[in-house]
Amino acid sequence: MNRRESIWENLDWITVLIYLVLVLTGWLTIHAAIFESGSDMSPFDPDLRSGKQLIWIGISMVFFIFIMVIDYKVFLTFSVPIYIITVSLLLIVLILGTEVSGSRSWFALGGIKIQPSEFTKYATALILGRFFNQLNFDIKKPKNFLKVAMLIALPFGLIILQGDTGSALVFIAFTLVFFREGLSAIFIIVGVVSFVLFIGTLLLGLNSMLGILAGLLVLGILISLKNRKRLLILGVSVAAAAAMVFSVDFVFSNVLKPHQQNRIQVFLNPNADPTGAGWQVTQSKIAIGSGGFWGKGYLKGTQTKFDFIPDQSTDNIFCTIGEELGFIGSFFLIICFTLLLIRIVMIAERQRTLFARVFGYSVFSLILFHYSVNIGMTIGLFPVVGIPLPFYSYGGSALISFSLLLFTLLKLDAHRMQVLGRFN
Amino acid sequence: MNENRKYFFLGIAVLTALIFIVRLSVLQVFDSTYRSEAENNIIQRNIDFPFRGLIKDRKGRILAENMPSYTLQVIPRQMRKQQEESMMSWLDLSREEFNSKIEKARSFSYYKPSDFEKLLPQDEFSEIQDKLIDYDGVVVKPILRRAYPHQSLSGALGYVAEIDKEKLEKEKGKGYHQGDMVGISGLELEYEETLFGEKGVKYEMVNVKGESQGSFKAHEYDTTAIPGHDIAISIDLELQQYAEFLMDGRRGSVVAIEPASGEILTFVSAPFYDPNLLTGRDLGHNFSALTTDTTKPLFNRPLMAAYPPGSIFKLVQALVALQTGVITPVTRIRCNRNIIACHGAHTYEDLQGAIQYSCNPYFRQVLRRVLNQNESDNTYEDTRLGFEGWYDKITSFGFGNPLGIDLPNEKGGYIPPSSYYDKIYGRNRWKFSTIYSLAIGQGEILTVPIQMANLAAIIGNRGFYYPPHFIKSIDGDDAMVPAKYKEKITTAVEEKYFGVVVDAMAKVVEDGTGFRGAVPGLEVCGKTGTAENPHGEDHSVFIAFAPKDDPKIAISVYVENSGQGARAAAGIAGLVMEKYLLGEIQRKYLEEYILRGEFIY
Repeated sequence: MNRRESIWENLDWITVLIYLVLVLTGWLTIHAAIFESGSDMSPFDPDLRSGKQLIWIGISMVFFIFIMVIDYKVFLTFSVPIYIITVSLLLIVLILGTEVSGSRSWFALGGIKIQPSEFTKYATALILGRFFNQLNFDIKKPKNFLKVAMLIALPFGLIILQGDTGSALVFIAFTLVFFREGLSAIFIIVGVVSFVLFIGTLLLGLNSMLGILAGLLVLGILISLKNRKRLLILGVSVAAAAAMVFSVDFVFSNVLKPHQQNRIQVFLNPNADPTGAGWQVTQSKIAIGSGGFWGKGYLKGTQTKFDFIPDQSTDNIFCTIGEELGFIGSFFLIICFTLLLIRIVMIAERQRTLFARVFGYSVFSLILFHYSVNIGMTIGLFPVVGIPLPFYSYGGSALISFSLLLFTLLKLDAHRMQVLGRFN
Repeated sequence: MNENRKYFFLGIAVLTALIFIVRLSVLQVFDSTYRSEAENNIIQRNIDFPFRGLIKDRKGRILAENMPSYTLQVIPRQMRKQQEESMMSWLDLSREEFNSKIEKARSFSYYKPSDFEKLLPQDEFSEIQDKLIDYDGVVVKPILRRAYPHQSLSGALGYVAEIDKEKLEKEKGKGYHQGDMVGISGLELEYEETLFGEKGVKYEMVNVKGESQGSFKAHEYDTTAIPGHDIAISIDLELQQYAEFLMDGRRGSVVAIEPASGEILTFVSAPFYDPNLLTGRDLGHNFSALTTDTTKPLFNRPLMAAYPPGSIFKLVQALVALQTGVITPVTRIRCNRNIIACHGAHTYEDLQGAIQYSCNPYFRQVLRRVLNQNESDNTYEDTRLGFEGWYDKITSFGFGNPLGIDLPNEKGGYIPPSSYYDKIYGRNRWKFSTIYSLAIGQGEILTVPIQMANLAAIIGNRGFYYPPHFIKSIDGDDAMVPAKYKEKITTAVEEKYFGVVVDAMAKVVEDGTGFRGAVPGLEVCGKTGTAENPHGEDHSVFIAFAPKDDPKIAISVYVENSGQGARAAAGIAGLVMEKYLLGEIQRKYLEEYILRGEFIY
């Protein structure tokens, strides 16, 4: 029984510490976001969002104990059924779910609302680990790539059907994991270039963009005159890029919904309509910018208190930190997230099984995506996408889902010396 | 396998942090505009409008007061499409009007309230008050508007309205802002600074809906409004209303002055209107109706209507001649009607008789003696010398220049100076025979009614006057009355020469043309006149003061197109003096005669 007791010795306490700092400051920030000046609202009041969040933190702690005491093998063993169950829930929610502000992604059970898409992230992280863990699994083989790509595409598609594009986009983050496991960098490059082409075309217009491409083509031809193979690659990629540029307009106006078009327009041209479509971006920048270096003081924010920011306890929670705790507070939060991300990479890298390592990188990718997109949108570096800030935003499903991801990684890490799957 | 790729992931984490920190330091540390934008968001500067000073009459009755009214404001961001139809119906607006108003509000701000429908009176507001609860984005701003409870004195009170751009520019630095209600004309304009008071400011924090979230920095920057000063004016409301009653439906003016002080007791510019027309939301509409009215109700006749003074000017000619020493009370002159027409049965009168019968040949001769005193051999030069002396004495009665009344737009009439004739005829090319019509108050001479009332006061005072004025006290303190209204102005004619003129005026009323100007039991001095009107019937004019000794009231009455001064003007003057001196009208038959209004027969 020595082994079992030593779980606490093997636990990565640094991560636990960062986790606790994040959820507790998150709880206090939720309190600040809903606080009405002059009132005697208590952060412990279970009728308020802050009190509820504290309950969710408590429930997460129960999950923590549970995960630490159960057999570490269950995660690999049950990864398939967990995945099947959560994906089924995504299907069911389409039929039985409650519609909240345009998306049908919640189960209402009594007073509690559960968002299955949050748990699907956890399930997908597990099942990806299991697939990569198979003997001779090589992501470079198209068959394998298609397999894991399907595992991501399935929940992605279902969540899109729910109307929750933000949560669906999160699944794209898993491609980072593939990259770690050997997927050619071309995919990442193509992804980044596509993004640049898309934004560039919207910003500069079709003709300028084609001009730039033509320029690049001429330059490339001059450089690689004598290399036929290179010329071929160059021609194909420029042609593909041109096709992409031509399709931007179509994609923008036919694939994206009007509110998504608005968000992108606002991102590209933030001052065009500050009182209409640009309201949220303008106001969140005002709130954060007005915090100054030291902030206005805890519970003393005005922009968030007086409802200039929508969704301030959930997606826009960072505005409250920026306004009340200023640059100092924001800096501290970013340092915490960065330390957590670095720590997760270190943990993932020291795993001896592919299951644990892939799971670790999944955790990394999910947290990175949520954190960078969420903060990026509040400070105008990214179009508005409605996803929560991990550990911070109000919401039980997201908190528990992220907690499960982190705790499971810690559990696997604590048992890393025990052989679980194949060595890499 | 691929272990080096971990640096890619570490790199992303660090790079993201760096980008965020740089961006945040720009937003939060280096760019301070967000701080002021945040304050703009939450701080609402609410003007605390001062209570505008009241205007009272000489007995403390309120002539101008403040009434609650309500301005509806809209917050475009909160308005719902479904509300629009019903809002248009209860505000009685067309689609186009509604849209243009909304557009105006939007261009000001999406999330701050801006004026939508201004100055709804209490009764109209009560009708819609209950409905407002169901409307999002509609805010009520209570605002005081001016009201004139007696609907009287339109010629003097003026009106109050929102300050216009021009005035805002002109009065820069005096603390006026767009939206302030200021005096635009009349006493409201003249005493604007006294009545306005001082605005206060309350800074309030508001949320995104514009709802108050309490004071800003514990009222540290707030100031309280200081109410404007009340003013009392010399008008006697009862007398004013009686004079308006008599002048109803006519054109002309009634000005009554207290001779001992220059205080204006009655000031009627007819036709008159209810000054409440120029308050509240219909101001613009009513104002243009008054402007286009062919009877010109906005033309302030007592101050601006210049008429030839006619026979009444003989009084001044007599006084100037006496002072000049060219006649004495017993001077008799033959009524030679070959040179100039005359009327009535008389042939050879002394001064008193000449005034009483208004003898034209007599006063022609009087002016000749004033102008030609044989001081120069050259008859032209002689006339010029005499004319200069005459001009100085005439203008000492307040003719030719504004008297300095406390109302805007006072005109001075016209007394031609010698340079005027030089210009027309050339220097030393005009003489008495060129300008003799001045003798009987015709020719180039023009006077305004207030000057004629002042003339009555001067004769009643035997040679002096105080500039006519309205102001009686400010906040009950008469020491605040401007010094220029307490300054006694003496004419160039000595007191001793007035007796004969006063006696003659008494005769005019006692058994002459001015009999309708009499007041039972009192000695009234008056003079009738007829202002020639080339465009139609002559204007009926009468001036008077009473009692003869130590007069309490001096008056001038003009009734346009009503023929001889003996009828309409003398009758009205008599009734107004009777009302003032006796308190009630004993001569009902005279009142009926005036109200019947058949003066041309």
